[in-house]
Amino acid sequence: MQLKTVEGDVAKLAARGEAPTAGLSDFLVRDTPVAYAFIGPAFFLLLFLVAYPFVLSLWFSLSDARVGETGSFVGLDNFARLLRSGIFLQTLQNSIVFTAAALTLKTVLGMILALLLFRLVRFKRLIRGAVLLPFIVPTALSTLVWWWMFEPLYIVNYDIPWLPDPYLAMFTVILVNTWRGLPFFAITLLAGLVAIPRELYEAAESDGAGPIGRFWHVTVPLLKPVLAVVILFSAIFTLADFNIVYVLTKGGPFNMTHLFATYSFVLGLQSGQIGQGAAVSLFLFPILLAVVFVQLRMVRKAAMYD
Amino acid sequence: MTSPGRRIRPLFTLYLPVMPFVLFALFPLYFMLITSLKKNSELYDVTTVPFLIKRGVTLGHYQLLSQDTLFWSWFVNSLIVSVAATVVSVVIGILAAYPLARLRFPGGDSFGVAIFVTYLVPPSLLFLPLSTVVNRLGLSDSLWALVVTYPTFLVPFCTWLLLGYFRTVPKEIEECAMLDGCNRLQTLVRILLPVAVPGVICAALFAFTLSWNEFLYALVFVSPAELKTMTVGVISELIRGDIYYWGGLMAGACVGSLPIVIAYVFFLDYYVSGLTAGAVK
Repeated sequence: MQLKTVEGDVAKLAARGEAPTAGLSDFLVRDTPVAYAFIGPAFFLLLFLVAYPFVLSLWFSLSDARVGETGSFVGLDNFARLLRSGIFLQTLQNSIVFTAAALTLKTVLGMILALLLFRLVRFKRLIRGAVLLPFIVPTALSTLVWWWMFEPLYIVNYDIPWLPDPYLAMFTVILVNTWRGLPFFAITLLAGLVAIPRELYEAAESDGAGPIGRFWHVTVPLLKPVLAVVILFSAIFTLADFNIVYVLTKGGPFNMTHLFATYSFVLGLQSGQIGQGAAVSLFLFPILLAVVFVQLRMVRKAAMYD
Repeated sequence: MTSPGRRIRPLFTLYLPVMPFVLFALFPLYFMLITSLKKNSELYDVTTVPFLIKRGVTLGHYQLLSQDTLFWSWFVNSLIVSVAATVVSVVIGILAAYPLARLRFPGGDSFGVAIFVTYLVPPSLLFLPLSTVVNRLGLSDSLWALVVTYPTFLVPFCTWLLLGYFRTVPKEIEECAMLDGCNRLQTLVRILLPVAVPGVICAALFAFTLSWNEFLYALVFVSPAELKTMTVGVISELIRGDIYYWGGLMAGACVGSLPIVIAYVFFLDYYVSGLTAGAVK
């Protein structure tokens, strides 16, 4: 299983002091100048276009910078103002509701779909190809068709005001995110299912476990690492979603569907308050850190069992 | 022991339950296609069945899109940006993945972790400061802004994916080449890459797809209408005021998705393996 090797890589990066190899290959493995030359381009890219902007973002969030002005240091003023702002608190609430609901739907439906795909014999490629399609098509464009479907003209709505209604709008945004993200869950969990040794199921069956027992006592425990990676990964990118909300609702009605990304876009670019905008987008950072921390820890634990 | 009951059972326990998922996945795309082919008279007639075309197919929306909008410029812009960003990112990714997979050097572990962390950074975290950086570099409102910034999320992905592939290739074949007098770069290009071709194709396909589908950076960094990419052009230039030309919009969405769908049909297996290997966004 590919996912395993990827995790294994982190494990090897994380676990220091590998077993010393024999003389010749040990010599071949040490070539510091070449190593630095090879990672050079990637290193400078990350330095100037990821690390530097990140530091800049921290500075913005602590300043009253506006478009075209560097601004001056104002401490935690931006954050304090955000936490007193009704729109921001609404955004915070929206983000939690959106992420929790979309992740739950994607996990449950993704698991069911993966179990179904796993058992397919005929039309296997065709069906897998079909359910993966929403993930490949440009999100901004496919969201457009969802908008059209929920337009108060016809289709899903006989006079139901989907997008103008705050709660239905949130429901729609969650639905579209689920539509797009479900294939990722299904296909990755499927890869996890394929890697579970058949013998374990046979052993469980001979011990008298039914299909449900086998699912809870064999599938779920063995799928846990894959599940964790998929959910954590998706948590970041669901929380940071921009395209769907921007195209479908622009954060409205009454800011009821704003997420961090869209609100930061409105504050930072449309009203030019870069400081405030940067502060909003930085709220994504703690969750990112938490995910990195958990993943690295999981991987280290895996390395210990190796 | 294949009784008829045993053969029919999967129909109800497997193919029937999987159908709702297939419909859920495909219906919006089907609806996109039929809307783009429908005449306006039928499209805006509330009494018709929206799921079917009954009054004849028209290519009018596509014609309008070609003649009255900058659609093909956006298409070409997307193509240029995606190809350039993909080539740059795959090359940088190959170079970075090699020492991480093969060599031991001071700072190697930290660099691996840095790549992993960057891989998890969503574009919406950095678009504000990046727009300042792009401005200072004098690249705003040019396609270069995108060619330069897309690698920030493509390189970590490519490096990560290729790292996995390189590790599966036995070291011994390279060692032989090096003892024969090849240098590192020659070994990488002549020995390792030919073996890792599937990995490189996979990285390139995903890099192209991610670039083609990118929306936020393209929206923020490039504002002249004729320089926009496909996704941004359709969203921001075709939607004007309160009247939406849904036929034209859907035609744009269809053509805009087409290159990716074609690549997908031909390289389905690469997409599946890349998805599970890299856990793509």
